[in-house]
Amino acid sequence: MTLADRGVKQRPSPIALTTAESEMVSGKRGPALELASRILIRMAPMYGASSLLPVTKAHLDGVILSGSSGLAFAERLADLGGQVAVPTSLNVMSMDQERWRSWGQDADYAGRAYRLGQAYVRMGAQPTFTCAPYQTAYAPSFGEQIAWSESNAVAYANSVIGARTNRYGDYLDVCCALTGRVPAAGLHLDEPRLATVVIQLDPLHDELVSRDDFYPVLGYFLGTSVADEIPVVCGLETTPSEDQLKSLAAAAASSGAIAMFHIVGITPEAPSITDALGGRVPTRTIRVTLADLNKTREQLSTSRTDDVDVVAFGSPHCSLEECRTLARLMAGQRAAKDVDVFITTSRVVRELLARSGDLAILESFGARVTADTCIVVAPLVNPSARVLMTNSAKYAHYGPGLLNVASVYASTEACVESAILGRVVREDGPWS
Amino acid sequence: MELIGRFRGEPLVAKKISAKALAADVPLSFWGGYEAETGMIIDQRHPLAGELASGRVLVIPTGRGSCSGSGVLLEAIFAHTAPAAIIISLIDPIIGLGCILGDELHQSHPALILMNEIDRQQIATGDTVSIDEEGWVSVLRHRGAS
Repeated sequence: MTLADRGVKQRPSPIALTTAESEMVSGKRGPALELASRILIRMAPMYGASSLLPVTKAHLDGVILSGSSGLAFAERLADLGGQVAVPTSLNVMSMDQERWRSWGQDADYAGRAYRLGQAYVRMGAQPTFTCAPYQTAYAPSFGEQIAWSESNAVAYANSVIGARTNRYGDYLDVCCALTGRVPAAGLHLDEPRLATVVIQLDPLHDELVSRDDFYPVLGYFLGTSVADEIPVVCGLETTPSEDQLKSLAAAAASSGAIAMFHIVGITPEAPSITDALGGRVPTRTIRVTLADLNKTREQLSTSRTDDVDVVAFGSPHCSLEECRTLARLMAGQRAAKDVDVFITTSRVVRELLARSGDLAILESFGARVTADTCIVVAPLVNPSARVLMTNSAKYAHYGPGLLNVASVYASTEACVESAILGRVVREDGPWS
Repeated sequence: MELIGRFRGEPLVAKKISAKALAADVPLSFWGGYEAETGMIIDQRHPLAGELASGRVLVIPTGRGSCSGSGVLLEAIFAHTAPAAIIISLIDPIIGLGCILGDELHQSHPALILMNEIDRQQIATGDTVSIDEEGWVSVLRHRGAS
């Protein structure tokens, strides 16, 4: 039944369509594309677009189980024969498909989580089930137009890779994947990618900026300071690793709605501050001292005691390299018996760890290495847990609201040591 | 009944409705701010916290917060607990997507009207608001009400 049949007056669409797009919306290319393209075309003006733009990859966030409408929508599109038009990766889902029984997940919940994942797989999406798709074979390249969801992945793709995407939420992301189109607006275009705010770092000690626990703090500071504007960071005199930039992007997208940032001399669209700003004058400049960053670091911890119930690594999902670092720190040791340790990663990384023998090391320590999911999208953490310790700003940020725990943010080394001793070990090093 | 005004709005998602207004000058996140089971506003920091928005004309500056808000609004439409209309002054794609999905999947959705800020601020909680498919918004106030 069309809108006109229901007596709904529709104004003519202000979106200029190509022949292919007109065929989609008229139903000539099947009912799934008709529905997906109609939703996309009705949404495009709300993004300020007057046309659509082709994309070459998609990453979908709708695989996280919440309510019943998400499942109904995905199954409707799959039942209508929907097939993705571009290589499409999937975000974390709400179960570990291989080990959900051993993690004690409820069978009814797991059943619905599985159906949701399967609906997207039926549409041709790849069962990557990871929130770090930029560390898989589905990573985009510089300048590539993509339709990605998952806030940390969007921030990483735009900022660190130089691919182009807006934040596409659940439901719209799959419409983009099926049609292979996005509204031609926002971060897909040149000018909206330019920085508007300058973040000027005071000179910081080399030892501090080489540490892994510096980057989530800097990212969290960015998110709280600029909300959804685009910052350019100046004065970072080092070359961060891919995993360090990943932790920065995830933190910035947790405390704020940052979809893109620049770091002069490090991210690809900021060879200089002038390039990042596009020659324009910034709306403001924020000077950042060590004291500001220390204050942000303190905000990431809401617990002040040395109790710890859960130690978690892997938001975004741990890379192979991060898991190997954990295996080195955990080898020959054992977590205290009343501390639950989670390492959340992708199925590909867990398989590689199994082959290399690192999985056995991590499991001998007492760590649960989960795949496909994480502790904030599936019920994995014991509801009686009160304190979560983590090296992830994203877990530290969402833990209190979603898991009803107090959080402790610390370095990877301090987290492992605390898991062994069964109490929080604080190590300030160059932070103090 | 006193006619407060007849205002020209832009129908982002058109529908003819008439219902009582629930108005506040603070943006609302549907995710974490709206309970789909009941239609109640549950963001404790929002001035409308504890109010039932189900079947009302919700008048707010715009939405905010997580993209998951579209799904919450869609859940509410499925559960018949959504507002009858939402009047905003700044386009919010999260609310927009929720309304469009309701229409496409459930043939039911709140009217979504874009209205300039000065006109929107004339609408008070309790006013009777009538919206037509062209986006005209008539506001009636009961005698004695402020």
